[in-house]
Amino acid sequence: MEATGSNAWLISLAVFLPLLGALVMMAIPKEEEDLHKLIALASSLAALIAGVFILARFDYDNAGTLQFVVDKSWIDVINSRYIIALDGLSLPMFMLSLVVVPLCIIYSWDHIPEPGNAKAFLILLLVLATGMNGTFVAHDLILFFVFFEVVLLPMYFLIGVWGGPERKYASLKFFLFTLFGSALMILSFLALFFLSDVQTFDMRILPEAAAGIHSTTAIWIFGGMFMGFGIKVPMFPFHTWLPDAHTQAPTVGSVILAAVLLKLGTYGFIRIAIPILPEAAAEWAPWIGLLAVIGIIYGALGCLAQTDMKRLIAFSSVAHMGYVMLGISTLTDFGMNAAVFGMVAHGLITGMLFFIAGSVKERYHTLEISRLGGLLVSAPRLGWILGFASMASLGLPGLAGFWGEFPAILAAYQPADGLPVETFRTYMVIAALGTVLAAGYLLWMYQRTSFGEPSEEWADTEIDDVGTFEWIAWTPFLLAIVVFGVYPNLLFSVTDDAVVNIADIVAKSTGG
Amino acid sequence: MSLATLLAFERPPIDWHAIAPELTLLVVGSLITLADLIWTERIRPLMPTLAGAGLLATLIPILTLAVDGTDRVMFGGAYVIDDLSLVLKALFLIAGYLVVLLSVDYIRNGDYHENEYYSLLLSSLLGMVLLASSRDLITMFMALELLSIPAYMLAGWRKGGATSNEASIKYYLMGVFASAIMLYGMSLLFGMAGSTAFDDIRVALAGPDPSGMAILGVLFVLIGFSFKVSAVPFHTWAPDTYEGAPTPVTAFLAVASKAAGFVALLQLVYVAFPTREDVVEPFFWIMAALTMTVGNLLALRQTNIVRMLAYSGVAQGGFMLAPFAVVGDAPEQSIKAVVTYLIIYVFMNLGAFAVVLAVAARTNSGEISSYSGLFHRSPGLAVAMTVFLAGLAGIPPVSGWFAKFLIWNALLDASSPQGSLLAVVVAVNAVIAFGYYGRIMREMWMSDAPEVTEPHFTVSRALKAAIVLTIIATLAFGIYPQWAARFGDISTSLAL
Repeated sequence: MEATGSNAWLISLAVFLPLLGALVMMAIPKEEEDLHKLIALASSLAALIAGVFILARFDYDNAGTLQFVVDKSWIDVINSRYIIALDGLSLPMFMLSLVVVPLCIIYSWDHIPEPGNAKAFLILLLVLATGMNGTFVAHDLILFFVFFEVVLLPMYFLIGVWGGPERKYASLKFFLFTLFGSALMILSFLALFFLSDVQTFDMRILPEAAAGIHSTTAIWIFGGMFMGFGIKVPMFPFHTWLPDAHTQAPTVGSVILAAVLLKLGTYGFIRIAIPILPEAAAEWAPWIGLLAVIGIIYGALGCLAQTDMKRLIAFSSVAHMGYVMLGISTLTDFGMNAAVFGMVAHGLITGMLFFIAGSVKERYHTLEISRLGGLLVSAPRLGWILGFASMASLGLPGLAGFWGEFPAILAAYQPADGLPVETFRTYMVIAALGTVLAAGYLLWMYQRTSFGEPSEEWADTEIDDVGTFEWIAWTPFLLAIVVFGVYPNLLFSVTDDAVVNIADIVAKSTGG
Repeated sequence: MSLATLLAFERPPIDWHAIAPELTLLVVGSLITLADLIWTERIRPLMPTLAGAGLLATLIPILTLAVDGTDRVMFGGAYVIDDLSLVLKALFLIAGYLVVLLSVDYIRNGDYHENEYYSLLLSSLLGMVLLASSRDLITMFMALELLSIPAYMLAGWRKGGATSNEASIKYYLMGVFASAIMLYGMSLLFGMAGSTAFDDIRVALAGPDPSGMAILGVLFVLIGFSFKVSAVPFHTWAPDTYEGAPTPVTAFLAVASKAAGFVALLQLVYVAFPTREDVVEPFFWIMAALTMTVGNLLALRQTNIVRMLAYSGVAQGGFMLAPFAVVGDAPEQSIKAVVTYLIIYVFMNLGAFAVVLAVAARTNSGEISSYSGLFHRSPGLAVAMTVFLAGLAGIPPVSGWFAKFLIWNALLDASSPQGSLLAVVVAVNAVIAFGYYGRIMREMWMSDAPEVTEPHFTVSRALKAAIVLTIIATLAFGIYPQWAARFGDISTSLAL
């Protein structure tokens, strides 16, 4: 702890550097587009460099303990403090968020969506980045809540200003759903504060302090958090905002939404809801598992019904997040490790798919699957990348998607002590069936968009293949999908200690 | 008895330092009137500067009193200077200063009587400053009328406009009606306690079985102030008055005057009626739930921005009333929540009005549709408005979230079923509220600008200053809430 203490400011730096960039950009007139892009890229890259330093100085032997801890006074009247720290659970999510933003900015270099205004677009992206980065490292419930909410407005505007034709409806729906969840979440946080032995929002102390809460009350409090996090994930039946938001959002918005924003919810479950209220979590787990498998099947069936490529990918997110939630609902270290892996893998793969969808839309001005076709002929590289990402998404062994899905299903075979084994085994079978459906809709989509000759509509049109900025933005995604697929231990070894700690808390409260 | 003994009036001891703020305000207000009589046209352009400077000058004795830090009780306990009253006085003066900034161009360009406007504004503020210290029914009533009567006149300042006259008349009639109810309640309380001092009333009200008269007295006084804070069902004057009055006056009524109403309620509930929480709590529970819900639902349907802000103000008032419903179980958290909410509310709502004025100065319209595409026409104003609306909606990191948070904090601290239920009502309303705040954001950011575009936006210096000041406060209180909360912390002294 002492060794890393001197570098404790590194995390705050990585969190707030994008915001600093945004502040600088506000002072520059919007005509200086190139300058804006440079500043945005520089500040997000600077944050990433701070992140790389953190990676280098992180003590991997003690990945289960919080490192780089900063604990400063913030709002004394309510005993809420500025507590920022990292452990093996936060680290991958934090890095994902740090990596995705600069890549999105690079992609935006020549892809600022209609109606333009790079300045506002990039400023919002940077504010969004600060919110996301902060959420993954906050260790005070109120601080977490603030970062969690900072994300809302920028995303609302990204969808609402730069989105598709139904953007106003989609952005409002996104906002109201999430706001409703957050309102209940903050009530739960306050209930925790008042009912714990020590009145605190410190997430490090709360698991012990909250142990005395009466079990019925705890179930209600967990329910509030479930709404907050579950809507964000999103879990069936709160998922309806997601397809609209994804379909209408500009490409970069969809990518960030899929890659990072949805993870705020699942991260919240693992980081906050489960360790603080393990008994209530055990009560809720079968129901969460049920909603998760409904999500898997419902998402997959939803995919099969889609005619729009982007909407299809959005529904596939519902299904994939179902696997993550299934992993979490087992409350075992095995399941939660799978969930964290699934979060990273889904972020990379679905983020990549949304990038491709954006590029397809730009070239064909439509995402109607029936009007596309022959992508492999007209733009072979783009077609191959789509194929690669689809394979990864359906869980092909050797690529990252597999390690999120397969262990999650396996974990349902043996859930934590005290959970109904038969129920979870049934979930396991259903979830396994879901993978077949996933293969079905992804291959079907790939086949109809990429195989064959280009349809008559596009026969004479010259379709550009992958451009420079696209290559720069995409290569890290593609590499990461392969690397994590071939050597999953890279991630599992980081997350394991932290996840085992949480699983121990659960085991102690339910088994003991 | 000889005439000499009758005339030998013995002056009660007066602590001049303690009433220095009130005296300063009085002197400045009189000077403004005198200056206009002597120099007429030549001095008129300086009126807002004089008024603003006077308000800032009044802050100086408040600061010295705060540094001194001793509680001062005067006039047989009728007038109290403590930390809380100083915080509230300073808040009123700062709000008044911001209102002066909002008024400068509006009043000048409309060719309204500048000197009378500012002297009336100052006398209304004097009423508020007095109110913050009053601990006696008579003092409180005097202060209330001193703040209300100039406000009735200000509401009708656009003499040519029918709506402005309607605003003034409606406000006046409802205000007088409320005063009558309140006076009746006060007379009942006086009849029961034999004294107008809050301390005596508190003692007289204590006991397990209160008389019907006592309960009626308490309720009537509370209802009187419910008009002032436009709580449902006593809110009906607010939207028409707000829409018809000159916009800077609306800002003054919606923020400063409403804050004064809450300050009066705080003093009554905490000093005069704390022993009757069995009457106060259910009264405010129902009132708070009704006010926030009705205010929100009506705000959703408005097409005029000032009217929408009026109803949103009603709803915000409902949030501020909520902690009163748990004063008995969580006295400290409740007063902390109300005072902090007031501080935060003053800045974000005045900021929103400043933007409304800046936009109206160009488009001559208060319709929400005139905000279409504001982001493309004047990004600065659009971003400022977004910050204020996000604050009102309670979205972090803009200050409003902390205000709402403290409300929840108070309601849950009571750990009673009613408190928790009201907390959920607040939560649902907080979400509904985004429906209309979000609609303006949507107009500004996501709608296309109308074809006939006005010449480029130029915002006057005074308005710009007001917007910058309020935006800094709104963001600072959101990111580092401790700055606002420490003033709320001071207020807990009243709860002891």
